[in-house]
Amino acid sequence: MKNPYIPNLAVIRNITTENEVKDIKTFELVFKEQEAMKNFTYRCGQFAEISVFGAGECPIGIASSPMDEDFIQFTVKKVGVVTTALHNSEEGTVMGVRGPYGNGFPMEKMEGRNVVIVGGGFAFTTLRSLTNFILHEANRDKFKNLTVIYGARNPGELVYKYDLEAWAKRDDLNLNVTVDSAVPGWTGLVGFVPAVLKEVAPSSDNAIVVICGPPIMIKFTMPVINGLGFSPKDVFLSLEMRMKCGIGKCGRCNIGNKFVCKDGPVFAYKELETMPKEY
Amino acid sequence: MKWKIIEKSKFPVFIGELAKEYEVFAPVKEKNSASFERLSSGNEAYLDFRNTKKPPKEFFLPQTETLFTHWIGKKDVEIVESPTVKGKRVVLGVRPCDARSFVLLDKFFSSGEHKDVYYLDKRKNTTIIGLACNHPMSTCFCTSVGGSPFGKEGMDLLLQDINDEYLIESVTERGEELIEKFPWLKDAEKADIERAKKLSEDAETAVRSKFSVNGVSEKLDRMFDDLFWDEVCQKCLGCGVCTFLCPTCCCFDVLDEEEKRVRIWDSCQFSCFTLQGSGHNPHPSRRERMRQRIMHKFNYFVKNFGESFCVGCGRCVQECPVNLDIREVVKAISTRQGA
Repeated sequence: MKNPYIPNLAVIRNITTENEVKDIKTFELVFKEQEAMKNFTYRCGQFAEISVFGAGECPIGIASSPMDEDFIQFTVKKVGVVTTALHNSEEGTVMGVRGPYGNGFPMEKMEGRNVVIVGGGFAFTTLRSLTNFILHEANRDKFKNLTVIYGARNPGELVYKYDLEAWAKRDDLNLNVTVDSAVPGWTGLVGFVPAVLKEVAPSSDNAIVVICGPPIMIKFTMPVINGLGFSPKDVFLSLEMRMKCGIGKCGRCNIGNKFVCKDGPVFAYKELETMPKEY
Repeated sequence: MKWKIIEKSKFPVFIGELAKEYEVFAPVKEKNSASFERLSSGNEAYLDFRNTKKPPKEFFLPQTETLFTHWIGKKDVEIVESPTVKGKRVVLGVRPCDARSFVLLDKFFSSGEHKDVYYLDKRKNTTIIGLACNHPMSTCFCTSVGGSPFGKEGMDLLLQDINDEYLIESVTERGEELIEKFPWLKDAEKADIERAKKLSEDAETAVRSKFSVNGVSEKLDRMFDDLFWDEVCQKCLGCGVCTFLCPTCCCFDVLDEEEKRVRIWDSCQFSCFTLQGSGHNPHPSRRERMRQRIMHKFNYFVKNFGESFCVGCGRCVQECPVNLDIREVVKAISTRQGA
C-alpha cells in the first residue's frame, strides 16, 4: 500500500516577492526526481501539502498552470510557523511536496462556455492558475469569453503584476483589476470586487463563474451573482479551511459530512446551499 | 466456528505460550483501574476489570506516532519512512464496545482514495481477543448504539467468563488458526455454550441505559442552527477528555518535532483545532465545538458510513469533569420540539 504521508523532495528554483508588504512570495519548485514530476499531474484549483523540514507542513493552492510542465508554483502568505519558515528559505532549499489533493475546478463543465473568474486578495492563486490555463494557446479555443475580475486592498497588494500586465495586452479576455483604495499613480479601477462585478455585469448566458476570496468578499459577491441571473449549479467557490493531512483523515476541515480537502475545495453553490453554513 | 474451553487456572499458561510467538498485550491492574500493557508472563493479566481507563485505539493510532524521519544536510534531505508495524501482536481482553470501535475506525481509515497505511498495517498485524462483559457498568450504553456486552464485532476470538472457565469462541479465520496452535485446549460442551448464552442475556438486561438513536441523524439535520447548542455547551470546560478517551475519536495533528514528522491526537474541543491562518475560525466557541462532536458521531458519520460513530463505552460519561452526559444529550435531541 502506498504511504500517502511521505512527501516527494523538491528544490526551490526561484522566489518572487509578490507584494509591497513583502509577506507574499511565489515559490517555484522543481522535483528532485523526474518520476515525481511526472506523477504530479494536477488540475487547476487543486492544492498540495508543502513540507518545510523541521517546521512542518501546510496545504497551499497550486498557482502554476497544468500547462507549465517542469515546475510547480505556490504563492504563500507569511502567517504561521511553516509559512514563516518557508519565507525564510532561500533558493536551492530542499522542500517536500505531497499531492495534488482536492477536486479542482470543473474544467470539463467550462469547456465551450463563457468563463467568469472573480477573485479577491491573495486567494487569487488558483484563479491565476485557471486564467493562465485557459489563456494557453493549446486551450484558448476550448473556452468562450473569459472575464476576470480581481481586486486587492491597494495596488501594492496586487499579486502576479507580471501576469496582469501580460493579460492586459491581450484582446481575448476582459480583465478588470480593481483596488479598494487608490494611491497616487493608480489609473485602474477603484472599488470593491462586488461593485466592480455589478458594473462589468458579465452575462449569465452559457456561463460559469468561479469565485475565490475572503469570506467578506464572498458574502457581498453572491447577491450580485444571483442578481446577474447565474444558476447556483453554474457558480463554483473554492473554500479555505485549516487542514493537516490533506487526504480526509485528520478530521478538521469538514463542513457537515463533507471534507474540504477531499470533497472540495471547490464546491458548486448549489451544493453549498445544502450544507451547513460553517466555513 | 470453534468453541474451546479453558480453566482460568490454566489461562496464564495459554498467555505464556502466546507470548512466545506474539507480542501480547492485556489489561494489567493499575490503582482503581486497568490499562493495556505488554505482558512478559501470563500471571500479570488482570481480567476481572470492568474496562480500561484508556481505550485500545492506541494500538492502531498511537497518541504520538512518528511517520518518518528527515535529515537535513546543506543541500539535501533524506527521508526515512518509519515502519508502520513492528512484531506480530495479540491484544487480549478487549471489551466488545472497544472491539467494535475498530470496525468503525477500519471503515474510516480505509475509505477514500488515500488509505491510512499506519493504521491499516497495524490492524492487519494484530489479533484481537475480546472479553465479553458479564457485568456492564452504570455508564455503559452499548446496546443503544448497535453493540452488545457479548458482541463479537472487531474480534478474532471472544472469551466468555463462565465462572471457573473461559469459553473461547473463534470469530474469524485468523482466530481459528490461533486456537489451533493450542491442541491441548478442550472442546467446549453444549452446556458451556448454553451457560454463556444465559450470561449474555443477563448482561444485555443489565445494561440499564437504554435509548434509541433512530431518527437522531435526521433530527440533527434540522438542528444545525438550533438554540439547543447554546444550552448544551454551557457547562463544558473544553478540556477534551471526552475525545481523548473516546475509542472512536481519531482526529490528529501533523507536525515536525525536530527531525521527526509526527502525528499526535488532537481534539475538536480545542479552539485552535480549526483556527485558520487568517484568524478566521469556523468553530469559534464551545457551541460550535460541542455541535461538531455530536454531529460527527450521530450525523456526519451516519451519512458517510451508515452508523453512529459511538460504541457506548461510557468513558466520556465517567471522566467528564462536569458530568456532561452524552446519553442525555442524545435523548434531548430525540425529544427536541420544533426540530
